[in-house]
Amino acid sequence: MIEIRARHRLGAFAIDVALEGRGPTLALFGPSGAGKTTLLNIVAGLTRPQEGRVVVDGVTFLDTVAGVDLAPRLRRVGYVFQELRLFPHLRVEGNLLYGRRFARHGEPVADFDQVVELLGLRSLLTRRPARLSGGEKQRVAIGRALLADPRVLLMDEPLAALDDARRAEILSYIEKLRAAFAIPIVFVSHRLSEVERMASDIAVLDHGKIVLTQTTVAPPPRDRRETSR
Amino acid sequence: MGDEGLELSALLAPFSPQEWTAIALSLKVATVGMFVSLPFGVAIAFLLARRDFAGKSILNGIVHLPLVLPPVVTGWLLLLGFGRQGPFGRALEGCCGLVFSFRWTGAALAAGIMGFPLMVRAIRLSIESVDLRLEQAGETLGATPAMVFATITMPLAAPGVVAGMILAFARAIGEFGATITFVANIPGETQTIATALYSATQIPGGEAIAMRLTIVAVLIAFTALLAAEVLAARVSRRAMEL
Repeated sequence: MIEIRARHRLGAFAIDVALEGRGPTLALFGPSGAGKTTLLNIVAGLTRPQEGRVVVDGVTFLDTVAGVDLAPRLRRVGYVFQELRLFPHLRVEGNLLYGRRFARHGEPVADFDQVVELLGLRSLLTRRPARLSGGEKQRVAIGRALLADPRVLLMDEPLAALDDARRAEILSYIEKLRAAFAIPIVFVSHRLSEVERMASDIAVLDHGKIVLTQTTVAPPPRDRRETSR
Repeated sequence: MGDEGLELSALLAPFSPQEWTAIALSLKVATVGMFVSLPFGVAIAFLLARRDFAGKSILNGIVHLPLVLPPVVTGWLLLLGFGRQGPFGRALEGCCGLVFSFRWTGAALAAGIMGFPLMVRAIRLSIESVDLRLEQAGETLGATPAMVFATITMPLAAPGVVAGMILAFARAIGEFGATITFVANIPGETQTIATALYSATQIPGGEAIAMRLTIVAVLIAFTALLAAEVLAARVSRRAMEL
């Protein structure tokens, strides 16, 4: 369950959004410049809106009225950036494990070996990011986000930079991990086919405003939510 | 033949003990000055590269002063501040028994100060070349600002830090004006390559000594510059890899 409300003005660009995702996968869909990435940055805490409220799985990340503003490191989002931002000085293994040492104590949602198997990273562990193909980099970035023990995965155009074959491959990886781990996903896309295939909730953005929302999930009775997770 | 100036045999003769002492002292003074100033250099470079605060341009100006002031002025200011009667000199002698006047430690202080602008400049540029977006990625993965600095910013800036150290070292080897003003030119205590060379040019028949010390100084400086160049190239290559 994700709640995002934000009002933010940056020069000529303004964002004014209120949306809720009930299901496991929320898609932010719209043309480039619609404010999709800004919205992800607001959830991650990298952009602070002038007014807003962000609640993920019962944890308030931001509430400008109540004066709550968690630092990005305390929000525990697994952010797969559009430009990936792999650490060039670390090998694949170092990238994957980076968030691990800061993770919450207790049982992590994702186990290292399980993630490595799932994303097919075993043979890449000793390589540097500069020596990976686009699809490989994408998988490492997803693995790194997943292994930081996140409350939510944020994916900014996870498929945009890939050719059709790679795109189908990464898409199936994302579907696998969605089945394997109970981590909600918010992803940004400008392709309808991806959105239709992956999303349980869809918000269509244009010029910083929501023009349409759609959900495949009926509002669940409160008492059944616990058992279904 | 003897009065035709420099003779090859004189150039190739082994270094005298006094020359060796000056070379060794130069290396010691430059090394100590460089390493002691390094933590300050990194801290100030980080502030200048990544933080906005009141008085930033004043701090930047003070850091660069030794580069533009006549070195004799810097030496004189050091004497006023860090001499035995100076406020800092007296405090440091009182708390840690550290004396600068006419000691090699003073030469190291002068060397560190004179190399400081070059060091800060190189480190600042390399920190600025580290992509902020990588630091943000570290933050979203749970790293504290200190951990981001230690595990992302510093490793990526490392070649620039080393280049800054080398430049500061090379500058320290060549330091003359501030050193001779602050700690004089005492063989075995404060006489470095530069000041020994100066002495050699003041005595009859000192040309061979001067020339040999010159060659040593050129070799050290040139090696340092080459190393700094190679490392700087590596920084920009890293930055391209993102």
